[in-house]
Amino acid sequence: MAEAEVKFRKRRLDRAIKARTDTVFVIASPGDILYVLAPRVLPMALLMILPLVLSGYHGKVVVHACVVGLLALSWELLASCGLFSLGQSLFFGVGAYLAGAMDKYLHLPIWVTIPVATLGGGALCALLLAPVVRLRGVYFAMVTLMLPILFKQIIEAWGILGGTHGLSGLTPFPNEWLDKYLIIVAFIAVLFGLRSLITSDYGLVLKAIADDDRAVMSAGINIYSRKVQALFIAGSVASFAGAFITHHYQFAGFSVFALDWAILPLAAAAVGGTGSFAGAALGSMILVPLSEGLRAMGGLRMAIYCGILVFAVLALPEGIFRFLERKYQEFETVIEVK
Amino acid sequence: MWLIVYGIISSVILALYAVGFSLTYGVSGLPNFAHGALYILGGYVVWNLMNAAGLSMVAAAPLTVVACALLGFGLYWGLLLRVRGIPLSELVVTFAAGVALLELLTWSGFYGIRYSLPVFWDESFEIFGVVIDAQRIMVVATGVALVILLHLFVRHTRTGLAFRGLAQNERTALSVGIEADWIGSLAVAMGSGLAAVAAVVVLPLGMMEATIGYEVLIYALAVAIVGGLESTTGMILASFIIGFAQTAAARYIGPKWMIIVPLAAIVLVLVVRPSGLLGKFKELEERV
Repeated sequence: MAEAEVKFRKRRLDRAIKARTDTVFVIASPGDILYVLAPRVLPMALLMILPLVLSGYHGKVVVHACVVGLLALSWELLASCGLFSLGQSLFFGVGAYLAGAMDKYLHLPIWVTIPVATLGGGALCALLLAPVVRLRGVYFAMVTLMLPILFKQIIEAWGILGGTHGLSGLTPFPNEWLDKYLIIVAFIAVLFGLRSLITSDYGLVLKAIADDDRAVMSAGINIYSRKVQALFIAGSVASFAGAFITHHYQFAGFSVFALDWAILPLAAAAVGGTGSFAGAALGSMILVPLSEGLRAMGGLRMAIYCGILVFAVLALPEGIFRFLERKYQEFETVIEVK
Repeated sequence: MWLIVYGIISSVILALYAVGFSLTYGVSGLPNFAHGALYILGGYVVWNLMNAAGLSMVAAAPLTVVACALLGFGLYWGLLLRVRGIPLSELVVTFAAGVALLELLTWSGFYGIRYSLPVFWDESFEIFGVVIDAQRIMVVATGVALVILLHLFVRHTRTGLAFRGLAQNERTALSVGIEADWIGSLAVAMGSGLAAVAAVVVLPLGMMEATIGYEVLIYALAVAIVGGLESTTGMILASFIIGFAQTAAARYIGPKWMIIVPLAAIVLVLVVRPSGLLGKFKELEERV
C-alpha cells in the first residue's frame, strides 16, 4: 500500500531566536535571556549541587564522571584540530606519575604538585608528540595508541617509579570538600574555557587545520607549532585530571596508562556527539554513571565500553547533544494534512 | 653469528605480525585495528580445536585460518560497511571490536600455562654453530613464503591489483568496475587469515594469553609506520631494522631495552622521513 492515507504530519520550525541568527543570539526580551542561559546554567548548577546531595559512593561517581569529562574535553580539543588521539591515557598517566613522583620523592606540598604536574604534563606530552604532529589521521592515532602501552611496559620492565607496585601512600587532599569541588570547578571551567577558545580567532585556526591544513599553511601559518600548542593545552587538561586522581586515591600505578582511560573518554565523546565540547561533557556525565553500574561485571566492563563505543559510532553519528540542541531550538507540532 | 640467526628470526616474526595488517591497510586502505585480537583469537581457536575437538595440528591450522578469515569478512559486512569512507570511524570501530574481543578472551580465562600449542616438528639443528629448533626454521620459511606470495598476489593477479586500485583511488576503482565492498571485505578477510597464519606458526614458540594481542598490534603498527605502509619492501626492511635492533639491544644492553626499540625507530624515522622509509604515494595526502 504505497498510497496510505496520511492525516497528520509533523511540522518543525526553528524558534524565533534561532531563526534571527544562527549562532549569535540577539536578546530581545527577558524570555530570551532565560532561553539562552537555561541550558548553560541549569546543568552546571545541578552539578554543583550534586556533591551536597550525594554522599559516599555516589559522590565518588560524580568525581569520576568529572575526571572522564576532562579527558573527553581534552580529546575533543585535539579532534577539533585534526589530531585523532587513541591515547588519552598517555596524558592522564603522565600527569598522574608526575604528581605522584613529586609527592613521593620531593615531598612537595599538594598546591605545588598539581599545578606543576598540569603544566609539566602538558609540556612533556607536547614534547613527546612533537615529532609526530607531522602525521595526521590514522597515523597519529597509531602512535598515540602505542605510547601509553609502551610507557606501561617500560615502567613494568625497568621497575622505575615504583614499578609494578606503583607509588602509594601519597598526600591526600586536606579536606573532602576541596577534593570534590576542585574537580567539579575545574571541569566547568575547562568546558566553558575551551568553548570560548574554539570560537576565538586562535580556535578558528585550529579548526581550519582540521578542515584543510594545506590552506592554513598557504595562509602563512605554521601548522606544526599550532598543533604542538593544541597538544600542550589538551595535555595540560588531561594531566590535571591525572594529577587530581593521584592525590584523590593517594596512589599512582601503571593502571593510569590502561586502555580504560583511553576508551572511556572516546566513548563519551562519541555518545555525546563529536564536534562539540558540550557533547563530550554530556557523554561522560551519561556514560560514567552507567559504567559504574557495570562495575559488578568485572572483567567484562571493557568489552561493554567497546560495545557502547561501536554502537555510538554506528548508530548515533550525530550524538545525543546535537539531537537535544536541535530539539531545543525548534517547535515541533503535529498538524493536519489538508 | 647468534645475533644474525636470531635477528633474522625475530625480524621474520615481526614481518609475520605486520603482513596481514599491511595487506588490509597499506594495500587496500582499510585500517584493521582488530588485527592483534584476530591474531590471538587464531591461537585460541587452534587450541580449542586441538584440545576440545581433538583434531591434529595439521587439520586444526587450516580450519583456524579459514575461521579467522570468515570473521574478518563478517567484520567488514557487519560493522565496517556502515562507516566506509570515514577513516577515523573505521579505525574506532575496528579498534573497539578488537579490544572487546581481547577483553572477552581474557575474561573467559584465556591465560596461563595450560594454553600452549605443540610445535609441528620437534627437533633442533645447528647452523653456523648456533643451535636452532625446527619451529623457528618453519617460522622463517613461512614468513619468506608469505611475503613472496603476497608480492606476486598484489602485482600479478586481478584481485590483487583491485586491492591496490581501491587504496589508490576508490572512485576511479569503482568506475573501472571494481566492486569496492566486495574487494574491501576480501582484503579484510585475507588480512585476518594472515593474522591466523602468523598465530599458528609463531604461537607454539611461547605461551599464549590474550594480552599478546595488544603487543602484536603495536608491532604491526610500528613496522607499518617505519616502513611506509604501501610498500612491501619497506615493510620487510622495517621488520629487519626493528628485529635486529631488538635482538642486539636484548643481548648487549639488556632485555629491558627491547621495549624502547620500536618507539625510538618510529621517532627517528618520522624526523628523517615522515612518509616512512620507502613510502611514496600517500606522502602528501595523508601523512604530512
